[in-house]
Amino acid sequence: MRLLRWFVGVLIIAAFLYGNFFIYSGVILYKLINVILFCALFILFRVIFGPSPADRIVAVDIMGILIVGLLALLGLAYDQSFFMDIGLIWALLSFIASLAFAKVLEGRYLDE
Amino acid sequence: MSREVIGMIFILIGIMFDFFGVLGLVRLPDVYNRLQAATKCVTFGSAGILFGVFIIQGFNNFGFKVLLGIVFIFLTSPVAAHAISRAAHRSKIPLTPKTVVDQYQEDNELKD
Repeated sequence: MRLLRWFVGVLIIAAFLYGNFFIYSGVILYKLINVILFCALFILFRVIFGPSPADRIVAVDIMGILIVGLLALLGLAYDQSFFMDIGLIWALLSFIASLAFAKVLEGRYLDE
Repeated sequence: MSREVIGMIFILIGIMFDFFGVLGLVRLPDVYNRLQAATKCVTFGSAGILFGVFIIQGFNNFGFKVLLGIVFIFLTSPVAAHAISRAAHRSKIPLTPKTVVDQYQEDNELKD
């Protein structure tokens, strides 16, 4: 069972890397954006199947930081600077959301 | 031209850090291990992507927004990770059975 899980994971990653870097024909920047979206898929796996609530909170926190890098790459791909405005606001809101989730997990409320 | 090459090298290093951090988020056995791997790797990876975009763009408006994004990420991400780990330990989410030492628990027992 453990060996089967190893095999399935390695197969998924190898299939994605082969399809992204050898079959898909695009600019190199779009291929890098695809790698970040694939990482976001792993994070969604941890959000859905996480055994405890803290796992889900960690995954959401990580997702907020990952999306800032994704928005920087999108701004570089489309040559627009307003993507980074969204990125700054996303970083601050993700920080506040993580603190609020941590307080709720600890059993306290926001005004203590 | 050489500026773009150096920036793309930084972006590649950042995306590799992102990918391995997310792999640690999926593979590791415990909340605390997952938080340790994912938060540090993804923070450094996103900061690497932003620094590569800054090197490519130079000192225009996009570049300064990206620098501000690096400062925000480096200030907010460790604070959020520390709050989440402390809340998880206080709400008694169990550690993995391979744990050797838990000094926070020992300190709390000494206080009581």
